[in-house]
Amino acid sequence: MKLVTRYLKPYTLRALGGIVLKFFGSIMELFLPYLLAYIIDKIIPKNDARSIYIFCGLMLVCSALSVTLNIIGNRVASAVARDVTRDMRNDLFEKTVYLSNSQIDKWTIPSLISRMTSDTHYVYRTVGWSLRMGVRGPILILGGIVMTFALDRTLCLVLCCMLPVMALIIILISKKGLPFFTKLQRSVDEMVRVIRENASGVRVIKALSRVDAEKERFDGVNKQVRADENRANMTVAITQPASSLILNMGLVLVIVVGASRVNAGLSEAGAIVAFLSYFTIILNAMIAISRLITMLSQMLASAGRIDEVLQDPIPQKPEPDKGESPGFAVEFRNVSFSYNKKRDDLHNISFSLKKGESLGILGPTGAGKSTLAALMLRFYDADAGEIYVDGKNVLSYDMPALRSRFGVVFQNDMVFDMTAEKNIKLWRDIDPISLDTAITTAQADFIREGGIGQAIASHGANISGGQKQRLLIARALAGKPDILILDDSSSALDYKTDAALRADIKKYFDGTTTVVIAQRVSSIKSCDKILVLENGEERGFGTHDELMKQSELYAEIARLQMGEGESL
Amino acid sequence: MSPPQGSAPGSLRMSSGERIDPKRRKEILLRIAKYIFRYKWVFFSVVLLTLLSDGVSIVGPALAGKAIDAMGIVKGQVDFKAVYHYAGLMVAFYVAYSVLKYVSKVIMIALSRNIVFNLRQDIFNRLCELPVSFFDRHPTGDIISRITYDTDTINQSLSQDLVSVLAMLTTIVGSFVMMLRISPRMVLIFVFTVPLSMLLSRFITHRTQPLFRKRSALLGTLNAYIDEMVTGQKTIKAYAKEKDVVREFESENDKVVEAYYKADYYGMMMGPCVGFVNNLSLTLVSLMGAFMYMSGGISIGDISSFVLYSRKFSGPINEIANLYGELMSALAAAERVFGLMDEIPEKPDAADAGVLSDVSGDVEVRHVDFGYLPGKTILKDFSLDAPRGSLIAIVGPTGAGKTTLINMLMRFYDIDRGEITVDGKDIYKLTRESVRGAYSMVLQDTWLFYGTIAENIAYAKPDATREEIERAARAAKIDDYIRSLPEGYDTVITDDAANISKGQKQLLTIARAMLLDANMLILDEATSNVDTRTEVKIQQAMRELMKNKTCFVVAHRLSTISHADKILVIDDGKVVESGTHRELMEKRGFYRRLYDAQFE
Repeated sequence: MKLVTRYLKPYTLRALGGIVLKFFGSIMELFLPYLLAYIIDKIIPKNDARSIYIFCGLMLVCSALSVTLNIIGNRVASAVARDVTRDMRNDLFEKTVYLSNSQIDKWTIPSLISRMTSDTHYVYRTVGWSLRMGVRGPILILGGIVMTFALDRTLCLVLCCMLPVMALIIILISKKGLPFFTKLQRSVDEMVRVIRENASGVRVIKALSRVDAEKERFDGVNKQVRADENRANMTVAITQPASSLILNMGLVLVIVVGASRVNAGLSEAGAIVAFLSYFTIILNAMIAISRLITMLSQMLASAGRIDEVLQDPIPQKPEPDKGESPGFAVEFRNVSFSYNKKRDDLHNISFSLKKGESLGILGPTGAGKSTLAALMLRFYDADAGEIYVDGKNVLSYDMPALRSRFGVVFQNDMVFDMTAEKNIKLWRDIDPISLDTAITTAQADFIREGGIGQAIASHGANISGGQKQRLLIARALAGKPDILILDDSSSALDYKTDAALRADIKKYFDGTTTVVIAQRVSSIKSCDKILVLENGEERGFGTHDELMKQSELYAEIARLQMGEGESL
Repeated sequence: MSPPQGSAPGSLRMSSGERIDPKRRKEILLRIAKYIFRYKWVFFSVVLLTLLSDGVSIVGPALAGKAIDAMGIVKGQVDFKAVYHYAGLMVAFYVAYSVLKYVSKVIMIALSRNIVFNLRQDIFNRLCELPVSFFDRHPTGDIISRITYDTDTINQSLSQDLVSVLAMLTTIVGSFVMMLRISPRMVLIFVFTVPLSMLLSRFITHRTQPLFRKRSALLGTLNAYIDEMVTGQKTIKAYAKEKDVVREFESENDKVVEAYYKADYYGMMMGPCVGFVNNLSLTLVSLMGAFMYMSGGISIGDISSFVLYSRKFSGPINEIANLYGELMSALAAAERVFGLMDEIPEKPDAADAGVLSDVSGDVEVRHVDFGYLPGKTILKDFSLDAPRGSLIAIVGPTGAGKTTLINMLMRFYDIDRGEITVDGKDIYKLTRESVRGAYSMVLQDTWLFYGTIAENIAYAKPDATREEIERAARAAKIDDYIRSLPEGYDTVITDDAANISKGQKQLLTIARAMLLDANMLILDEATSNVDTRTEVKIQQAMRELMKNKTCFVVAHRLSTISHADKILVIDDGKVVESGTHRELMEKRGFYRRLYDAQFE
């Protein structure tokens, strides 16, 4: 609730304006039965036709005012709901973009997606409804009470006795419903996950004939969602029958008490007729409010989920003055790192690269090659040791300033559902010449053939694996990075293309410090320095020729790949 | 190479912003009705209960009117006995009303959840039957939006609005009958106002329907955008483009909330407008009532009852008008849901389709033509012959059609011309499932799901014992790594699997394939991110496993395939060379040039 009020705050004035409009709109409607009662009680007995016309004319004016005010009020309410939802969704998205990898793992991707879409949608729906109907409801009730008070104070008090009971019931029910709705949203997350996994794994699922199993899995989450929906909704469904009952009992009381008062000459039957009219209005307002209660419970659950993410603190702030170590483009000094903080994934790694030099990293699967790149970009912070980029400790950098020095292609890099051009530019200002050079260097002529504006499907579903890698390399090069990191990003290229790529990088990006992670010796053997990693530890550092002599591991890998293949 | 996006104009890519044509609307409503009709007895009992509860509530004002009449308008003449009698009856009726109301609500909720449950089930089942190409073309986020948000919108409408509308309809009819009984002449007023309401709603519907459609479609787009960006968040961070993505998102989001607003802007006119017409009738009722009283045609009690009923009559109409927006969104949502259900599934297997069993693994591809787009042929007159037990390697420059060939063998796409046979049987005369089941397949793009490592390895064989799983992992050289994890085989792989390297993921999927006892194997760049030493070790295990089994291997690292029985060199959709590694090296052709390039 706090979250919603916080987001409502900037629009308080407008929301209040809307409420005022709706207030007067509803007041106008409330006048109608009052006027009607007056006609019945005071004018009809007088047989005064002219007064009847006047009062009916007044009723008409009230109706016209009410429709105008209500329409404008509704629009203001919708505008406020729009703005609140927009702000909240924007903030949530922004937050999500800045979440660290481990935080994303914690929240899980399906859940983050459904928080940004369905949870914000519930907030929108409820805020809109509250401002439109929720305002009208209480106003109608309050106004109804005021009007009945004007008609007959004692009878009004009878009615008022019912209100605290009703409020209590509503509060209790919505409190009870809240955890059920939270649970429901969690089940929806699970459903989102199953759908996403099925979309991304369609080939594997079909190939392994697991379609029926997947149907069963979906059946499971679907059933869970249904069960949670039932429990949540059935809990809050009691609101309307219960509050109707209480109100109706109030009505009976009014009649019973009213009868004695009429008998004693303290009330008029006409007043009771009007009283009943107001009663119907109040009852109808209650129906709308009870619907709102359902929404409110659901919204509170959703707001809680949104707030959870928004409150998650973003770690990693630049720490100024962490010392400098000038002279190198990249320097690792006794760096150790562990994902699970139990076993080092990188252990005591040191090396340095001058500007324009190239480093090749080779090593078995799981040796820590990609981790090393992740540390340079500060996706994680080293547990021990220091990392310097351009002589400055990475911890002292402002994050965008650090990362914008790099051009990087990850192993599982993302090709977005955008044009080829936009995929390469990636929101950067890239001049046509740089773009052209990047495409040429990346050997990505297919982009020119298909046109720079050709649509690329999400995950590169409409291009081949090799084309995808070349597009990604073009992206990394387009920004003329100080440091280029290619993490196993030419594995789907044939040797010829790979060789041409290396040659062109040397030709066009001479001043760029390059880090190439690869499984193919041929991809890195011409690098100025090669780092051999195994189990997170250094197993050799030097040029290809040096390592062929010094590093058993390196020599073995090279022999396996480049020897005629007879060894197999 | 897979097909270009948006090539086939599926019904999913509907043009939003237009009105649903009446025929389509009728069809949508009819289809929803069909879902409801599966529970027709439950549904009728809800209708009955609603009727009953509202019938009961209708009596309330009548009793109140009688009680007031018993009071009279003169002091001291109140007939207390009668008043108490009616008050007692009112209590009984109102209690009955609330009980009935609650029961009918609960049943309606259960009913609507069942209906939506079935809807979701049907969409998902359809999703499972759709060809691979569908997923290559359609963003996941939009599909998610249809299964979750859109069905939920229908759900809301069914459980809340349908029951409301039904309840209201009975109240409306009931009140109308009561009014007719009190004064048929005054009812004439409604002959004027009811058509006015209808005209107004027609006008508004005309304006708003396209807006609601647009709103649903845009929300789907936003969902797709979010899905995409959250998936690619690592890339965005690496380029420090968080701000730009956020800005772009904001403009996308703006479009969506603006569409919300636009739909509301007109949609929310309905309530007040209909309310106005109702107030108009009330005014006319008072006017006419007053004159009728003066001419002695009606009692005050009757006027007040009539007014009460007329409010009861108009209240629900107001409510329905206020629900209008919800009903419109539900219609737009239903259109999207059925749009997905209407996607064309994979052609069903022919009725006489055989089941491929006891595969020995002779695969022949003869004169196959194929293109993802008409007029753009990828495979041209492609032929290959893979006798049982052979290891066929497929190499060639990127985009040559290697993965396309795999797509053909697995029947992920259907060929345009030619023939593919397994053991001499045309695969198009066999069931898809049996053809696919005959292969184990490992792709470059590893697919792991949220679950433990053991579950992921055993995916194709859920009844595998832990021992079998571990054996497969050992063969795939990933056992040591798994054991080094604190949770071992029970380690949960997260959505992103950020802490597992791609090479390790590939090893996990290889372990998965090793657990399967298929007679043919497809490895499409399956070890591209695995180091050579591990690869060599796996291959030893794999060859043991693949003895007498046919094997297709696509690889760029030529050392991976140099021991193949036959290497097919593909370029531009055709086989340009074939032979063993040695033969091809001696031939000094295309293959040799590819090979030598690694020493450049």
